[in-house]
Amino acid sequence: MPEKHDSTESRVTENALEARLPTKTMSINMGPSHPASHGTVRFNIELDGETIVKLDPEIGFLHRGFEKSCENVTWQQCLPYTDRLNYVSALCNNFGFLTAIEKLAGIEIPERAKYIRTIGAEMHRLCDHLTCTAAMGMELGGFAPFLYGMEARELLWDRIAELTGARVTTSYGRIGGVEKDLPEGWVQKVKDTLVKVEEFRQEIDQLLTLNRLFIDRTRDTGVISAEDAVDFGFTGPMLRASGVPYDVRKAHPYWVYDRVEFKVPIGTRGDNFDRYYIRMQEMVESISIINQCFEQMEPGPHIIEDWRYVMPPKPQVYSTIEGVIGHFKLVMEGVKIPKGEVYSYTESPNGELGWYLVSDGSGRPYKVHCRAPGIQLVSGLEHMVKGSMLPDLIPTFDAINMIGGEVEQ
Amino acid sequence: MSVEQLQRIAERFPDAVVEGYTLHGDETLVIKRENLVEVAQFCKNEPGLEFKLPLSVTCVDYIDEKPRFELVYTLYSITTGHHLRLKVRVPEEDPVAPSTIGVWRGMDWWERYCWDMYGIRFSGRGPMRRLWMYEEFEGFPLRKDYPLRGRQPLIPEADVRDIYRGPGPGPGSPPASRSNPPRPSQLPIVK
Repeated sequence: MPEKHDSTESRVTENALEARLPTKTMSINMGPSHPASHGTVRFNIELDGETIVKLDPEIGFLHRGFEKSCENVTWQQCLPYTDRLNYVSALCNNFGFLTAIEKLAGIEIPERAKYIRTIGAEMHRLCDHLTCTAAMGMELGGFAPFLYGMEARELLWDRIAELTGARVTTSYGRIGGVEKDLPEGWVQKVKDTLVKVEEFRQEIDQLLTLNRLFIDRTRDTGVISAEDAVDFGFTGPMLRASGVPYDVRKAHPYWVYDRVEFKVPIGTRGDNFDRYYIRMQEMVESISIINQCFEQMEPGPHIIEDWRYVMPPKPQVYSTIEGVIGHFKLVMEGVKIPKGEVYSYTESPNGELGWYLVSDGSGRPYKVHCRAPGIQLVSGLEHMVKGSMLPDLIPTFDAINMIGGEVEQ
Repeated sequence: MSVEQLQRIAERFPDAVVEGYTLHGDETLVIKRENLVEVAQFCKNEPGLEFKLPLSVTCVDYIDEKPRFELVYTLYSITTGHHLRLKVRVPEEDPVAPSTIGVWRGMDWWERYCWDMYGIRFSGRGPMRRLWMYEEFEGFPLRKDYPLRGRQPLIPEADVRDIYRGPGPGPGSPPASRSNPPRPSQLPIVK
């Protein structure tokens, strides 16, 4: 790199001690596996002293060919792949993908399934926000909030495991509804768990929100204006922290979000503290949404009874020829989704999770495009940290909450 | 997006718009490749449209059709609450499209994604860089003619008998030997 000689400036300065020294920029390499960043991403950073001049994130360490894999299996078999996109909130991906298929096929799911989907997605939104805020606290030096966050997340994952059979990779939804109804006694267990989660959330809140060290690291760092955030394609808490009130759940309500009451927290400064605090507030809203869903839910079918899309019940498979044929065709040929294309979108914890699907009428998708919210967030990282100190990169990267599974697909 | 808005764009650019339609509630405009940037500018800045939020760019490989590739731009307008899909056809012989990062900076990584996965070049920006794959990678994995199990290891992979469970050279290669695979230190590193 050429040396920067500010000779005129140093001559003009009266006090020689305050003269600007000629400096070189230094390029350093951070990652792919760095203790202060969760997620495998490599930053090529160019530093002037301790100021970031240029930052080039290099992603792709977790790339595993999500789209290619989906194009070569049947529609139902894509579902386990979607678990692994955002592995902290798998249900949001499952249900978002299924909502896109249902929009393409014109399927209306039963009321109870809509409630179950809302509950599942909000529980996993809690998990995701707990992970983000707790890990943010840990990487800024406070280990206790991380432990509280993991404890609360583990409680929620226990409930998810009772519902779906798996803690993380759920694969719970089905085209036309959900796999099975809520287990016996589960509702009360979740209500008790949510009380505990709220206690843990308050612990984290008390440890971080008014903590001087935490505020110093996050307040006015990684700032992005509302116009720039929109221009970079930010969605979710990152966009709302900049003061743009766009939440898919409010703007285009899906499932039962038009029947429950919740607020959308909006930030004012667009800095890391706002992003953190919005997530803390969204957790309160999520808990309230889940409780409202439990109040409003009524018994009923949890999946449609259309054997073109849904597996017939096992007794009918074993005893009737229609059941056998329906089962055979669904397994061997896959669900026949009508020819066409669709863009469907839901609010995942990090932003708008969009699906652009193309079907050629066979049992396999012709194209599955996942508009993962994280990609554009990471692409805007350089804009947010350019000109600030190297330590500001850590809270900014934490607030993005980059999940390698969805950003690198 | 209402039909009136689609008509408004079509009236403003009568030569650029090939067709416009609504499918499953999604408004779509197919436009000519050379007019992409001016239509994009209009969609972003015109009052009443204001598609300021770039959601994604992707590409679909219609391998049996001509032109082969179709770029799909998904836009959103926060003020009006409408989505818009712009489509551009790109032929296989000349896979170049004008870059829209001058209109929306958020399209940057999606254009890199289209280059990485489909080999679509974007003119009017710097040299194309891959997004997920490594620079030594040859070919474009999401093209329909790229094999599903095509592997390009940077160092030779150990031979594994069950190619469906582990790494290996793939079907059609000579049968795997029963002797132990060479340790990584014995493998020659090829560039």
